[in-house]
Amino acid sequence: MTAALRYPRLLALQLRVSLTTAMQYRADFVVEGLMSVYWVSWNLLPLLILYADRPSVAGWDFPSALVVIGWFVVLRGILEGAINPSLVDIVERIRTGAFDYVLLKPADSQFLISTARFAPWRIIDVIGGFVILVIAFARLGRTPAAGDLAAGGLLMLAAVIVMYALWVGVVAASFWVVRLDNLTYLLGALFDTARWPVQVFRGAWRFLFTFVLPMALMTTYPAMALLGRIDVTTALACVAGALALAIGARLLWIGAVRNYTSASS
Amino acid sequence: MSLRSTARAVPQLLRTGLAETVAYRAEFVVWMLTTTLPLVMLGLWTSVAADGAFRGYSSPDFVAYYLAALIVRNLTGSWVVWQINDEIRRGILAMRLLRPVHPFVAYAASHVAAVPLRGLIALPVTVILLATTARDSLTHDPLQIALILPSLAGAWLLTFAFLFGLGCLAFFIDKSMALLDVYFGVFAVLSGYLIPLPMLPSWLPTVARWLPFRFMLSAPVEVITGRELGAGGAAQLVALQWGYAALILALALALWRAGVRRFEAVGG
Repeated sequence: MTAALRYPRLLALQLRVSLTTAMQYRADFVVEGLMSVYWVSWNLLPLLILYADRPSVAGWDFPSALVVIGWFVVLRGILEGAINPSLVDIVERIRTGAFDYVLLKPADSQFLISTARFAPWRIIDVIGGFVILVIAFARLGRTPAAGDLAAGGLLMLAAVIVMYALWVGVVAASFWVVRLDNLTYLLGALFDTARWPVQVFRGAWRFLFTFVLPMALMTTYPAMALLGRIDVTTALACVAGALALAIGARLLWIGAVRNYTSASS
Repeated sequence: MSLRSTARAVPQLLRTGLAETVAYRAEFVVWMLTTTLPLVMLGLWTSVAADGAFRGYSSPDFVAYYLAALIVRNLTGSWVVWQINDEIRRGILAMRLLRPVHPFVAYAASHVAAVPLRGLIALPVTVILLATTARDSLTHDPLQIALILPSLAGAWLLTFAFLFGLGCLAFFIDKSMALLDVYFGVFAVLSGYLIPLPMLPSWLPTVARWLPFRFMLSAPVEVITGRELGAGGAAQLVALQWGYAALILALALALWRAGVRRFEAVGG
């Protein structure tokens, strides 16, 4: 079997296992659904308060800011549904030496680790986020132009890649500093800032969230592309940044695995 | 479990707690860094207020509010729910029950022992920032300043007792950790952690005024920043806070008593 066929089949298999597990806890669907609704309204609260008094903040009016939040909710759904579940327990595997079993398997270790576990119920967040996007455009009274939709889609893909690369990078770092298993929580806490358009922040904050922690790449720029407010240079810079981060994360992963000395006896 | 034997055990419990905190200092610092919410809200609202005060809050007002919130949150943070859950799940709670000290005291001591280090990390920068950029948004009334410490202690006790009670729910239900998420969501809104309580929409500020969550965070922040509160208002606030702390503490201990009866140690 060629690799091109093997990996999609592996992915389908890993997905099916997660789905089977999730179906055993069907009641969770209701609980998680309610929690999603709750957290979405929680996220909207500061926005509603802010825009009740101000027509626009830093060039963002209410419906445009909703686009950012909608995409943020989708992205968080992807993070908690497809990225975090697999990556949180890898630190434990490194500590106990169980990571050896992953390395023994005849497939790429990064692929196996990244697809180890999914949380299928998070699809509720993803759908909820797209509903917010639709509501936002309904309030704007227009549909995105085809070109904007294409650019938006491209930057959204770049955003997912950026997010994945950041998380893999942090996990790779845990090969060296095993004790810091809460680094992913820290990243999660920082990711919460991405629910605001980056222009809302000023000075050092904006620099930090654009270049040091590329939160702007994850939500603001895809939203701007959807709204047709992005220029070609910025869009290309986003894609280039995403690719650079992905390559960096891959190199970090390879270096980390090479550096791995099993903890088992 | 006499009072005297407990009093004798506490200094050693505190020493152990301090040693644990120092041993896990790297994780400790990372955990503290995860309290980014006030800083993000600070960044947001100061940019908003730069175009003019927002509902009476100027830019320095927001700085004072969120830095004070950051201090309170860091000094009152608690991980007792994780502790209780983990110990019940792995059965090691049985060992705790054998000791001649009430587990509440033991858990509390390990938390109190972490407070100095937390203060050491959180206070210097925030206090300097407060004094330099938000001086006029802080209280200058000496009596009110004297009440800051009692209000912080009250917030700590109330938060700890509440979360201890929440942890005790693990005796009764399997998925009590999910409740912690719910708790945090409610706490963040109704304690003023996310947004100053008077800024909440419609009837929420009125409700939040009288719920215990306000006294976990907003009350000490109000004592620190509330210029129009006055010493009398602050004293009233702190009295109400300690009343709530006593009430919640009694409830949590009752929950513990009921829970321990159901506890069957797993493993050995």
